Amino acid sequence: MAESYHIAIIGAGPAGLSAAGRAAHHDKESGASNPTYVLLEGFSTFAKTIQKYQKGKHVMDTPGFLDLRSPVPFVAGTREAILDGWQNSIDTDGINIRYNSEVTAIEGERGNFSIKTSSGETISAEHVIMSIGTQGNPRTLGVPGDAESDFVLYTLDDPEEFQKETIVVVGAGDAAIENAIALAEYNKVYIVNRRNEFSRAKDGNLNAVLAAINDKSRDFHCFYETNIGGLELPDAPGAAGAIILNTATGEERVECHRIIARLGTLPPRKFVESCGIEISSPSADAVPDVDNEYMSNVPGLYVIGALGGYPLIKQAMNQGYDVVEYIHGNHVEPVDTPILKKKFQGLPIKMPTPEEVLSLYQSKIPMFRRMNPLAFRELIIESRILVGLEPGEFDRTPADDDEHATVFIKDGEPVYQHGEYSTSFYTLVEGEVRMQLDEDGAWHDIKPGQFFGEMSLISGRPRQGSAIAERDCILIETPRRIMVKLMNSNEEVRAGIDRVFIIRALQSAFKPNLSLAEMAEIADNVESCQFKPGEAIFREGEEGDALHLIRSGTVTLSRGKEQLVVAKRHSGEIVGQMALMGSPMRRDTATAAVRAETLKVRRPEFLKMANSQPDTVEKLQDGLSTLLRQTNSMASQPESSRAIGFLMDQGLGEATNALVIDEALCVGCDNCEKACAETHGGISRLRREEGASFASLHVPIVCRHCELPHCMKDCPPDALRRSPTGEVFISDTCIGCGNCETNCPYDAIKLSYQPKPKPSLFSWLFFGRGSGPGEPDSFTPTDASKNSGKKAVKCDACMNLAGGPACVRACPTGAAVRLGPEQFIELVEAR
Amino acid sequence: MHESLLSWQRFRYLYIALALAGASIVLYITQSGNTAQPPNGGTWQGYTLGTVGALLILWLSLLGIRKRQYSSNVGSVQSWASAHVYLGIALLVVATLHCAAQFGWNVHTLAYVLMCLVIGTGIYGLYVYLHLPRAMARNHAGRDVNSWMKELGDVDDGIRDAAGNVDADLQAMVLSALDLTRLGGGVFAQIFAQDRCRVQTGSGVISNQGQQALIDELSRRIPDARVVREAETLNELMALFGRRQVILNLLRKDVQYRALLKIWLYFHVPLTMALLVALTIHIIVVFLYW
Ligand SMILES: Cc1cc2nc3c(=O)[nH]c(=O)nc-3n(C[C@H](O)[C@H](O)[C@H](O)COP(=O)(O)OP(=O)(O)OC[C@H]3O[C@@H](n4cnc5c(N)ncnc54)[C@H](O)[C@@H]3O)c2cc1C
Ligand code: HEM
Ligand code: SF4
Ligand code: SF4
Repeated sequence: MAESYHIAIIGAGPAGLSAAGRAAHHDKESGASNPTYVLLEGFSTFAKTIQKYQKGKHVMDTPGFLDLRSPVPFVAGTREAILDGWQNSIDTDGINIRYNSEVTAIEGERGNFSIKTSSGETISAEHVIMSIGTQGNPRTLGVPGDAESDFVLYTLDDPEEFQKETIVVVGAGDAAIENAIALAEYNKVYIVNRRNEFSRAKDGNLNAVLAAINDKSRDFHCFYETNIGGLELPDAPGAAGAIILNTATGEERVECHRIIARLGTLPPRKFVESCGIEISSPSADAVPDVDNEYMSNVPGLYVIGALGGYPLIKQAMNQGYDVVEYIHGNHVEPVDTPILKKKFQGLPIKMPTPEEVLSLYQSKIPMFRRMNPLAFRELIIESRILVGLEPGEFDRTPADDDEHATVFIKDGEPVYQHGEYSTSFYTLVEGEVRMQLDEDGAWHDIKPGQFFGEMSLISGRPRQGSAIAERDCILIETPRRIMVKLMNSNEEVRAGIDRVFIIRALQSAFKPNLSLAEMAEIADNVESCQFKPGEAIFREGEEGDALHLIRSGTVTLSRGKEQLVVAKRHSGEIVGQMALMGSPMRRDTATAAVRAETLKVRRPEFLKMANSQPDTVEKLQDGLSTLLRQTNSMASQPESSRAIGFLMDQGLGEATNALVIDEALCVGCDNCEKACAETHGGISRLRREEGASFASLHVPIVCRHCELPHCMKDCPPDALRRSPTGEVFISDTCIGCGNCETNCPYDAIKLSYQPKPKPSLFSWLFFGRGSGPGEPDSFTPTDASKNSGKKAVKCDACMNLAGGPACVRACPTGAAVRLGPEQFIELVEAR
Repeated sequence: MHESLLSWQRFRYLYIALALAGASIVLYITQSGNTAQPPNGGTWQGYTLGTVGALLILWLSLLGIRKRQYSSNVGSVQSWASAHVYLGIALLVVATLHCAAQFGWNVHTLAYVLMCLVIGTGIYGLYVYLHLPRAMARNHAGRDVNSWMKELGDVDDGIRDAAGNVDADLQAMVLSALDLTRLGGGVFAQIFAQDRCRVQTGSGVISNQGQQALIDELSRRIPDARVVREAETLNELMALFGRRQVILNLLRKDVQYRALLKIWLYFHVPLTMALLVALTIHIIVVFLYW
């Protein structure tokens, strides 16, 4: 008969460990003679994600405002100290943990789940807690003996650890190639590729691996079209084993000391779905829906930790504790309740518990009404509550600086202003707000239950028009990151926001004189399109019957054999209107310069809107004439249009603030880089010499403050922020995980220790002390800076310097300038 | 959008410098009515010109500090540099009129000469600042230096591979040509873009300027090749060395431009220091012997 438990916990990361610790506590209280729970871990030890952090990494315990509620200890410290603490906890509490037990299937229902593991066991449990994180598991070799061991490794931290060995690297992706080349410094290396070419690798890696294979002086060999037939594990640690390869010409046995398999990871989604858990959205970062007590759509199956969308250790541990309490039927007050109380304390009408406020608010907002209450709670925790007061009362009410306190605003004052870079989303709970869709546009009234601010949320561009708090407002201001997460996992919210976005975008672009019902009907017939960078929206010479209203990104228009760029258009602007206002033949090719989204408006809808408001047609025609003049002038200056094409290729289509150097003026003094380092804690965020050049324009490697910054995507502590004036910067809550470094396509972020402060300028000038201004070529971090760990650093466009960007102000020749996207045309035409 | 330091703010400092020079001339001329005292540094006009000149020199020297005060809001470095070059040239007028071209073998003239040297090096520096960047960018031919370096590495790898297929003599020679390649080097080598590449032959180490010695050797051997494959390898080597020659020249030019853009400052700044010392002595001496 299978073993059977009250609770099975899957995955011994921080979430699972904490849950197991709490379950162990219950066992002790009840005096159970055998554990009533089991913790199943796929890896050979606990907390794989944390074990894989780099050695000595400083682990942060963000968010600071949240208390830890767990029998397992956790405070900020080195990776080693934290792992020791957990090991200690596992030993002293006698946690019933089982290693090398990857769970491969969960079947059954509450009271009777049956859990299968890779080691062949079947375990039954009444409740299951799933805490497997989001890191996924590496694809294995798929032959007997392929479990991670000294002989078979699925990651490689330090290639220099191995010397004078024969090592077989399996895989053909970037990780495999990089490992193989690094290992080849000191070892004999075979790389095994299932196909006959390295087609998945980046160009640089592709060239490097081909060069290494062809270099006869190097002990570097490749097996193409080869699969793994089997393994011969070494008899003793350190001895050689062998790998059996099925090559195109037959079986081959290669003796080796080690096998490094880099076959990619299997994201956990498939496994999660195979257990019956629904993930409603196809988007990659969608998370399963759970209720107030972390239970998924499968009764008795709970989801916590990173897998449930909570990316920090402390949150994961708290949930581990809470979920065990819920399973035991205890109602515990969530740790974040004091935060909710703080948020609601300034509300005009007091209610006994924050939960009552939550359910009242949720019922007042149609779009959120059907959201699961836990997700709504999380939304409020991450949002600010804004309460409008009449001016006299506002002046009498003291402001509370606590970051969670209710925020008071003055009646009649703007919630946001035209041109401001903010991307948060506002929902009106009570009172009234007035809002425009353009700087000089008409005012629209927002009523309770409605929302606004979705334009910038979606396009990432500055606010168009202002919003003013009229009277007695209660507003929920939600950061973009949270809204994006919500939209990615909740189809209803996504569709609701999208619909209003479309209506308002059409209203703003065409100013139709139509009722809301008529607009809604039009919106139903408008198609949302998405384009990858470089993808064509329409082509020159085609017949078209629709125009595209850009909702995010930048689109270039190009023409002729050489496809010279003749114009660039960004969100809020229209391309392809000629087809509806003149001849249907497309005169240009429209291409997404960066990822872009458009609304495709066909003739009938267009005519309906245009005919409702005669002024509009005139305005559109004027706009079209201006565009035609522009494109015509660009088309007659091929040099300029090639330069614009170059800037777009460099990704400046999504830039809001880009550094462009004129090579004809730059004397290479690097004073810009030095200025950057000197004004930013000794580390330059600008690499002047690197980056591409064309026609004496040089785009160095530095942040361009993207409209929708890629780097902001998965920052666990939400350390990447955008200021109201548009600068993207990193706040001091960074935990140094490196996600942003990976996500920035422009290589503009690096992880660095903090260097020591330098001697003053004068002691360098007159006594030659220190290395002088600028980032030193290399430096040894002090123990203190080692302890606080590497942090992400990037350009913040000198938002804290009164005079603006130091790089530009330090350039003696005027070669360095910073530009907004609207200045690019001027830049190339001025040449 | 990009504006050179000369045309900065529509030549604002050119006009200011012209005004300063004009005013100095007017002031100088007002001395000529006085027959008792011919124009010199001792008249009130002379003193005025001298004070303006000394202050100008001090201010011009401050550029070295302002350039490194990175959070300073006192103008941008470009506006300082623009003012620096125009007012620096105007200083020549101011100072010459101040001393009324009375020269001798003394500390006063030393200060004047040093000043002229600083200004001279400055004008040369301005010239290179204005001309070399464009030449340098053109030299890169639309790529960055790293990519040229990388191509050089690839060419060398190709040469090493091909050298495996030729006879031992030639192989030794070819490999030595790679080893004895020199880029950069001392100041002179950099500034004059000297090619000091060498190659080891049977009769000792000889110059391989422009990779010529090797290319010559290869071209001599090709007609003698006995098998097709050998000829092919030699031809391949020759093509690779031809490319190598082009890349090396380009990189050498790049090094030269970089050196020229910097070297003048190694005169301009120390001479400034010397000038400040001489100027101080000049002023003290004038007041002591008054
Ligand atoms: C480089 C880096 C640095 C970070 N730094 C910090 C920091 O400083 N502070 C912070 O708060 N957070 C940090 N994080 C985030 C933090 O690591 C995660 O939030 C946390 O690990 C999530 O815990 P978890 O228990 O949900 O999942 P995980 O820690 O990922 O644990 C999941 C466990 O489940 C196991 N498992 C997976 N699949 C199965 C299966 N099928 N069967 C059995 N077991 C399975 C895994 O082996 C693993 O041990 C960082 C993340 C990274 C990548
Ligand atoms: C007596 C007169 C002058 C003095 C004392 C003087 C002094 C200086 C000093 C101290 C610097 C700073 C160098 C550094 O720290 O890097 C400098 C830079 C410079 N000077 Fe002069 N200078 C004088 C005249 C001139 C003139 C006449 C010109 C040109 C017409 C000139 C052109 C320059 C240029 C182009 C720089 C470089 C600016 C930079 O790279 O930031 N100088 N000078
Ligand atoms: S760091 Fe990279 S992704 Fe982020 S804003 Fe800058 S350029 Fe864009
Ligand atoms: S490294 Fe980047 S993504 Fe990670 S915490 Fe720091 S800022 Fe955020």
